[in-house]
Amino acid sequence: MNYALVTPCYIAVAALLSIGLYGVVSKRNLMKIFISLSIMETGVNLLLITIGYVPEGTAPIENANFTKYVDPLPQALVLTAIVIGLSVTALAIAMLISYYEKKGSLEYKGGMKW
Amino acid sequence: MRRYAGAAIAIIFFAFSIGIFMQLASYNDYEGSNYYYKNPVNGSLANESVPSHYVKETKNETGAINAVTAIVVEYRGFDTLGEVTVLFTSATGVSFLLYHVYKKLKKREANLILKEGSKLVLPFALLTGAYIFIHGHLTPGGGFPGGSIIASGFLLMMLAYPEFFVREKSLSYSESMAGSIFVIIGLLGLLFATSFLQNFIPIGKPGYLLSAGIIPLIYIAIGFKVGSELSSIVQKLKEVEK
Repeated sequence: MNYALVTPCYIAVAALLSIGLYGVVSKRNLMKIFISLSIMETGVNLLLITIGYVPEGTAPIENANFTKYVDPLPQALVLTAIVIGLSVTALAIAMLISYYEKKGSLEYKGGMKW
Repeated sequence: MRRYAGAAIAIIFFAFSIGIFMQLASYNDYEGSNYYYKNPVNGSLANESVPSHYVKETKNETGAINAVTAIVVEYRGFDTLGEVTVLFTSATGVSFLLYHVYKKLKKREANLILKEGSKLVLPFALLTGAYIFIHGHLTPGGGFPGGSIIASGFLLMMLAYPEFFVREKSLSYSESMAGSIFVIIGLLGLLFATSFLQNFIPIGKPGYLLSAGIIPLIYIAIGFKVGSELSSIVQKLKEVEK
Protein backbone atom coordinates (compact mmCIF):
# COMPACT_ATOMS: atom_id res chain seq x y z
CA MET A 1 0.00 0.00 0.00
CA ASN A 2 1.17 3.47 -0.86
CA TYR A 3 1.70 5.69 2.18
CA ALA A 4 3.17 8.63 0.27
CA LEU A 5 0.05 10.77 0.54
CA VAL A 6 -1.14 9.67 3.97
CA THR A 7 2.05 10.14 6.00
CA PRO A 8 2.34 13.96 5.56
CA CYS A 9 -1.33 14.24 6.51
CA TYR A 10 -0.76 12.42 9.80
CA ILE A 11 2.30 14.59 10.50
CA ALA A 12 0.16 17.67 9.82
CA VAL A 13 -2.51 16.35 12.21
CA ALA A 14 0.07 15.86 14.97
CA ALA A 15 1.54 19.32 14.29
CA LEU A 16 -1.86 21.05 14.38
CA LEU A 17 -2.84 19.30 17.61
CA SER A 18 0.52 20.17 19.24
CA ILE A 19 0.36 23.82 18.15
CA GLY A 20 -3.16 24.08 19.56
CA LEU A 21 -2.10 22.41 22.81
CA TYR A 22 0.87 24.77 23.15
CA GLY A 23 -1.42 27.76 22.69
CA VAL A 24 -3.96 26.53 25.21
CA VAL A 25 -1.30 25.80 27.84
CA SER A 26 1.00 28.79 27.46
CA LYS A 27 -1.26 31.74 26.60
CA ARG A 28 -3.30 33.81 29.02
CA ASN A 29 -5.23 35.84 26.48
CA LEU A 30 -8.66 34.20 26.11
CA MET A 31 -8.95 35.11 22.42
CA LYS A 32 -5.67 33.31 21.74
CA ILE A 33 -6.91 30.29 23.70
CA PHE A 34 -10.03 30.11 21.53
CA ILE A 35 -7.92 30.45 18.38
CA SER A 36 -5.76 27.55 19.63
CA LEU A 37 -8.88 25.46 20.25
CA SER A 38 -9.97 26.16 16.65
CA ILE A 39 -6.55 25.00 15.42
CA MET A 40 -6.88 21.76 17.41
CA GLU A 41 -10.35 21.27 15.95
CA THR A 42 -8.89 21.56 12.44
CA GLY A 43 -6.41 18.87 13.39
CA VAL A 44 -9.15 16.52 14.55
CA ASN A 45 -11.13 17.10 11.34
CA LEU A 46 -8.03 16.39 9.24
CA LEU A 47 -7.46 13.18 11.25
CA LEU A 48 -10.97 11.92 10.51
CA ILE A 49 -10.66 12.72 6.81
CA THR A 50 -7.25 11.02 6.62
CA ILE A 51 -8.50 7.83 8.30
CA GLY A 52 -11.17 7.57 5.61
CA TYR A 53 -8.66 7.92 2.79
CA VAL A 54 -8.21 5.01 0.38
CA PRO A 55 -5.03 4.91 -1.74
CA GLU A 56 -5.67 6.27 -5.22
CA GLY A 57 -9.29 6.87 -4.32
CA THR A 58 -11.15 9.89 -5.60
CA ALA A 59 -13.95 12.03 -4.13
CA PRO A 60 -17.09 9.92 -3.52
CA ILE A 61 -19.03 11.39 -6.43
CA GLU A 62 -20.15 8.84 -9.02
CA ASN A 63 -17.98 9.13 -12.10
CA ALA A 64 -17.47 6.73 -15.00
CA ASN A 65 -13.71 7.39 -15.11
CA PHE A 66 -13.00 6.15 -11.59
CA THR A 67 -13.64 2.94 -9.71
CA LYS A 68 -12.02 3.67 -6.34
CA TYR A 69 -13.63 6.14 -3.99
CA VAL A 70 -12.59 7.29 -0.54
CA ASP A 71 -14.80 6.45 2.44
CA PRO A 72 -17.67 9.01 2.37
CA LEU A 73 -18.78 8.58 5.98
CA PRO A 74 -15.94 10.52 7.75
CA GLN A 75 -16.44 13.37 5.30
CA ALA A 76 -20.11 13.61 6.26
CA LEU A 77 -19.18 13.53 9.95
CA VAL A 78 -16.57 16.25 9.45
CA LEU A 79 -19.17 18.41 7.70
CA THR A 80 -21.19 18.21 10.91
CA ALA A 81 -18.11 18.83 13.08
CA ILE A 82 -17.15 21.98 11.15
CA VAL A 83 -20.59 23.51 11.64
CA ILE A 84 -20.64 22.65 15.35
CA GLY A 85 -17.15 24.14 15.70
CA LEU A 86 -18.30 27.32 14.01
CA SER A 87 -21.27 27.71 16.36
CA VAL A 88 -19.07 27.04 19.41
CA THR A 89 -16.59 29.68 18.22
CA ALA A 90 -19.36 32.23 17.65
CA LEU A 91 -20.78 31.61 21.13
CA ALA A 92 -17.31 31.80 22.69
CA ILE A 93 -16.62 35.15 21.02
CA ALA A 94 -19.98 36.50 22.23
CA MET A 95 -19.08 35.44 25.78
CA LEU A 96 -15.66 37.03 25.36
CA ILE A 97 -17.24 40.35 24.38
CA SER A 98 -19.37 40.46 27.51
CA TYR A 99 -16.33 39.36 29.58
CA TYR A 100 -14.39 42.29 28.14
CA GLU A 101 -17.23 44.66 29.00
CA LYS A 102 -17.12 43.54 32.63
CA LYS A 103 -13.36 43.19 33.22
CA GLY A 104 -11.91 45.61 30.70
CA SER A 105 -9.33 43.06 29.55
CA LEU A 106 -9.08 39.76 27.70
CA GLU A 107 -6.46 38.33 30.06
CA TYR A 108 -7.48 35.40 32.21
CA LYS A 109 -6.42 36.15 35.77
CA GLY A 110 -6.37 33.77 38.71
CA GLY A 111 -6.61 30.00 38.64
CA MET A 112 -3.74 28.00 37.11
CA LYS A 113 -0.51 29.20 38.69
CA TRP A 114 2.79 28.28 37.06
CA MET B 1 8.08 29.74 32.43
CA ARG B 2 4.62 28.91 31.11
CA ARG B 3 5.96 29.14 27.60
CA TYR B 4 8.69 26.55 28.19
CA ALA B 5 6.31 24.20 29.98
CA GLY B 6 3.82 24.55 27.12
CA ALA B 7 6.51 23.89 24.53
CA ALA B 8 7.69 20.79 26.40
CA ILE B 9 4.13 19.42 26.67
CA ALA B 10 3.50 20.14 22.98
CA ILE B 11 6.71 18.42 21.84
CA ILE B 12 5.99 15.33 23.95
CA PHE B 13 2.45 15.24 22.59
CA PHE B 14 3.74 15.62 19.02
CA ALA B 15 6.11 12.66 19.33
CA PHE B 16 3.45 10.54 21.03
CA SER B 17 0.76 11.27 18.43
CA ILE B 18 3.15 10.68 15.52
CA GLY B 19 3.75 7.22 16.97
CA ILE B 20 0.04 6.48 17.18
CA PHE B 21 -0.89 7.88 13.76
CA MET B 22 1.85 6.00 11.96
CA GLN B 23 0.17 2.84 13.29
CA LEU B 24 -3.20 4.11 12.07
CA ALA B 25 -1.84 4.66 8.57
CA SER B 26 -1.65 0.93 7.89
CA TYR B 27 -5.15 0.05 9.05
CA ASN B 28 -7.50 0.92 6.20
CA ASP B 29 -7.16 -0.81 2.87
CA TYR B 30 -9.10 -1.39 -0.27
CA GLU B 31 -9.12 -4.55 -2.36
CA GLY B 32 -11.26 -5.27 -5.37
CA SER B 33 -14.48 -3.41 -4.63
CA ASN B 34 -14.54 -3.82 -0.83
CA TYR B 35 -13.14 -1.72 1.99
CA TYR B 36 -11.07 -3.58 4.55
CA TYR B 37 -10.22 -2.49 8.05
CA LYS B 38 -7.25 -4.14 9.69
CA ASN B 39 -7.75 -5.22 13.29
CA PRO B 40 -4.96 -3.54 15.31
CA VAL B 41 -4.69 -6.48 17.74
CA ASN B 42 -4.40 -9.60 15.63
CA GLY B 43 -4.02 -8.08 12.15
CA SER B 44 -7.07 -9.78 10.63
CA LEU B 45 -8.94 -7.97 7.89
CA ALA B 46 -12.56 -7.04 8.55
CA ASN B 47 -14.81 -6.35 5.60
CA GLU B 48 -16.21 -2.90 6.19
CA SER B 49 -19.60 -3.21 4.61
CA VAL B 50 -20.86 0.26 5.54
CA PRO B 51 -18.59 2.34 3.23
CA SER B 52 -18.92 -0.29 0.49
CA HIS B 53 -22.69 -0.04 0.73
CA TYR B 54 -22.60 3.76 0.64
CA VAL B 55 -20.32 3.86 -2.38
CA LYS B 56 -22.11 1.16 -4.38
CA GLU B 57 -25.78 1.62 -3.55
CA THR B 58 -26.18 5.37 -3.01
CA LYS B 59 -27.00 6.02 -6.64
CA ASN B 60 -29.70 3.34 -6.77
CA GLU B 61 -31.20 4.02 -3.37
CA THR B 62 -31.28 7.82 -3.28
CA GLY B 63 -30.61 9.01 -6.84
CA ALA B 64 -27.81 11.33 -5.71
CA ILE B 65 -24.40 10.79 -7.28
CA ASN B 66 -22.64 12.62 -4.42
CA ALA B 67 -22.41 10.03 -1.64
CA VAL B 68 -21.52 12.59 1.07
CA THR B 69 -24.68 14.59 0.39
CA ALA B 70 -26.76 11.43 0.40
CA ILE B 71 -25.35 10.48 3.81
CA VAL B 72 -25.78 13.96 5.29
CA VAL B 73 -29.33 14.53 4.07
CA GLU B 74 -30.89 11.13 3.65
CA TYR B 75 -29.15 8.32 5.56
CA ARG B 76 -28.36 10.58 8.53
CA GLY B 77 -30.93 13.31 7.98
CA PHE B 78 -31.99 13.33 11.60
CA ASP B 79 -28.40 14.09 12.58
CA THR B 80 -28.44 17.07 10.22
CA LEU B 81 -31.66 18.31 11.80
CA GLY B 82 -29.89 18.26 15.15
CA GLU B 83 -26.89 20.05 13.66
CA VAL B 84 -29.10 22.81 12.28
CA THR B 85 -30.70 23.08 15.72
CA VAL B 86 -27.25 23.52 17.31
CA LEU B 87 -26.51 26.35 14.88
CA PHE B 88 -29.87 27.95 15.69
CA THR B 89 -29.20 27.67 19.44
CA SER B 90 -25.79 29.27 18.96
CA ALA B 91 -27.28 32.20 16.99
CA THR B 92 -29.88 32.67 19.72
CA GLY B 93 -27.18 32.51 22.40
CA VAL B 94 -25.07 35.14 20.61
CA SER B 95 -27.97 37.59 20.45
CA PHE B 96 -28.88 36.79 24.08
CA LEU B 97 -25.35 37.37 25.36
CA LEU B 98 -24.82 40.58 23.41
CA TYR B 99 -28.18 42.12 24.26
CA HIS B 100 -26.97 44.18 27.23
CA VAL B 101 -23.48 44.94 25.98
CA TYR B 102 -22.78 48.65 25.75
CA LYS B 103 -22.56 49.69 22.13
CA LYS B 104 -19.70 52.01 21.34
CA LEU B 105 -20.34 54.43 18.51
CA LYS B 106 -17.08 54.39 16.63
CA LYS B 107 -17.40 54.51 12.87
CA ARG B 108 -14.39 53.95 10.73
CA GLU B 109 -14.64 54.72 7.06
CA ALA B 110 -13.55 51.93 4.69
CA ASN B 111 -11.35 52.76 1.75
CA LEU B 112 -12.53 53.13 -1.83
CA ILE B 113 -11.29 49.78 -3.12
CA LEU B 114 -13.15 47.81 -0.44
CA LYS B 115 -16.33 49.86 -0.97
CA GLU B 116 -16.51 49.49 -4.75
CA GLY B 117 -15.14 45.95 -4.78
CA SER B 118 -17.68 44.64 -2.30
CA LYS B 119 -20.52 46.18 -4.33
CA LEU B 120 -19.16 44.29 -7.33
CA VAL B 121 -18.65 41.00 -5.48
CA LEU B 122 -21.94 40.78 -3.52
CA PRO B 123 -24.22 39.61 -6.39
CA PHE B 124 -21.67 37.01 -7.47
CA ALA B 125 -21.30 35.77 -3.90
CA LEU B 126 -25.07 35.33 -3.61
CA LEU B 127 -25.22 33.60 -7.00
CA THR B 128 -22.34 31.24 -6.19
CA GLY B 129 -23.87 30.35 -2.84
CA ALA B 130 -27.24 29.59 -4.44
CA TYR B 131 -25.55 27.53 -7.18
CA ILE B 132 -23.64 25.50 -4.60
CA PHE B 133 -26.65 24.61 -2.47
CA ILE B 134 -28.93 23.87 -5.42
CA HIS B 135 -26.34 21.50 -6.94
CA GLY B 136 -25.54 19.82 -3.63
CA HIS B 137 -26.43 16.33 -4.89
CA LEU B 138 -24.28 16.62 -8.04
CA THR B 139 -21.12 18.52 -7.09
CA PRO B 140 -19.04 18.98 -3.94
CA GLY B 141 -20.70 21.36 -1.52
CA GLY B 142 -24.24 21.76 -0.34
CA GLY B 143 -26.37 23.75 2.05
CA PHE B 144 -23.72 24.54 4.64
CA PRO B 145 -20.96 25.85 2.32
CA GLY B 146 -23.53 27.66 0.16
CA GLY B 147 -25.05 29.39 3.18
CA SER B 148 -21.59 30.35 4.41
CA ILE B 149 -20.75 31.93 1.05
CA ILE B 150 -23.96 33.98 1.16
CA ALA B 151 -23.18 35.12 4.71
CA SER B 152 -19.62 36.03 3.70
CA GLY B 153 -21.04 38.26 0.95
CA PHE B 154 -23.07 40.10 3.59
CA LEU B 155 -19.99 40.22 5.86
CA LEU B 156 -18.06 41.95 3.08
CA MET B 157 -20.80 44.57 2.74
CA MET B 158 -20.80 45.12 6.51
CA LEU B 159 -17.03 45.62 6.49
CA ALA B 160 -17.24 48.13 3.65
CA TYR B 161 -20.24 50.17 4.81
CA PRO B 162 -20.65 50.86 8.55
CA GLU B 163 -24.34 51.70 8.01
CA PHE B 164 -25.17 48.52 6.05
CA PHE B 165 -27.42 46.08 7.83
CA VAL B 166 -29.78 43.28 6.85
CA ARG B 167 -33.26 43.68 8.26
CA GLU B 168 -33.62 41.63 11.42
CA LYS B 169 -37.17 40.61 10.54
CA SER B 170 -36.38 39.26 7.09
CA LEU B 171 -33.49 37.24 8.51
CA SER B 172 -35.65 35.67 11.20
CA TYR B 173 -38.51 35.02 8.73
CA SER B 174 -36.30 33.26 6.17
CA GLU B 175 -34.57 31.30 8.94
CA SER B 176 -37.79 30.08 10.56
CA MET B 177 -39.44 29.34 7.20
CA ALA B 178 -36.46 27.24 6.12
CA GLY B 179 -36.43 25.33 9.41
CA SER B 180 -40.17 24.67 9.16
CA ILE B 181 -39.81 23.43 5.56
CA PHE B 182 -37.10 20.99 6.70
CA VAL B 183 -39.34 19.56 9.44
CA ILE B 184 -42.45 19.52 7.19
CA ILE B 185 -40.59 17.55 4.49
CA GLY B 186 -39.55 15.10 7.20
CA LEU B 187 -43.13 14.74 8.42
CA LEU B 188 -44.36 14.22 4.84
CA GLY B 189 -41.90 11.35 4.65
CA LEU B 190 -43.61 9.92 7.72
CA LEU B 191 -46.98 10.32 5.98
CA PHE B 192 -46.25 9.08 2.43
CA ALA B 193 -43.32 6.73 3.12
CA THR B 194 -42.50 4.76 6.23
CA SER B 195 -40.22 6.93 8.38
CA PHE B 196 -39.24 10.49 9.25
CA LEU B 197 -37.17 12.21 6.52
CA GLN B 198 -37.58 9.31 4.11
CA ASN B 199 -37.74 10.02 0.42
CA PHE B 200 -41.30 10.10 -0.97
CA ILE B 201 -40.66 11.77 -4.36
CA PRO B 202 -39.56 9.72 -7.42
CA ILE B 203 -35.74 9.79 -7.53
CA GLY B 204 -35.56 10.52 -11.26
CA LYS B 205 -32.47 10.00 -13.38
CA PRO B 206 -29.21 10.21 -11.36
CA GLY B 207 -26.85 12.94 -12.49
CA TYR B 208 -29.50 15.45 -13.50
CA LEU B 209 -30.55 18.57 -11.61
CA LEU B 210 -34.11 17.36 -11.01
CA SER B 211 -33.27 14.08 -9.34
CA ALA B 212 -32.58 12.57 -5.92
CA GLY B 213 -36.07 13.22 -4.53
CA ILE B 214 -36.09 15.33 -1.38
CA ILE B 215 -32.31 15.93 -1.18
CA PRO B 216 -32.23 19.19 -3.22
CA LEU B 217 -35.35 20.51 -1.45
CA ILE B 218 -33.85 19.90 2.00
CA TYR B 219 -30.48 21.33 0.97
CA ILE B 220 -32.12 24.50 -0.37
CA ALA B 221 -33.90 24.90 2.98
CA ILE B 222 -30.61 24.30 4.83
CA GLY B 223 -28.83 26.82 2.60
CA PHE B 224 -31.37 29.54 3.42
CA LYS B 225 -31.28 28.65 7.11
CA VAL B 226 -27.50 28.63 7.42
CA GLY B 227 -27.13 31.79 5.34
CA SER B 228 -29.59 33.77 7.43
CA GLU B 229 -28.28 32.43 10.75
CA LEU B 230 -24.64 33.20 9.96
CA SER B 231 -25.63 36.65 8.66
CA SER B 232 -27.48 37.34 11.89
CA ILE B 233 -24.47 36.17 14.00
CA VAL B 234 -22.11 38.38 11.99
CA GLN B 235 -24.49 41.31 12.25
CA LYS B 236 -24.82 40.94 16.03
CA LEU B 237 -21.04 40.84 16.45
CA LYS B 238 -20.69 43.87 14.17
CA GLU B 239 -23.29 45.93 16.05
CA VAL B 240 -21.15 45.69 19.19
CA GLU B 241 -18.09 46.88 17.35
CA LYS B 242 -19.88 49.78 15.59
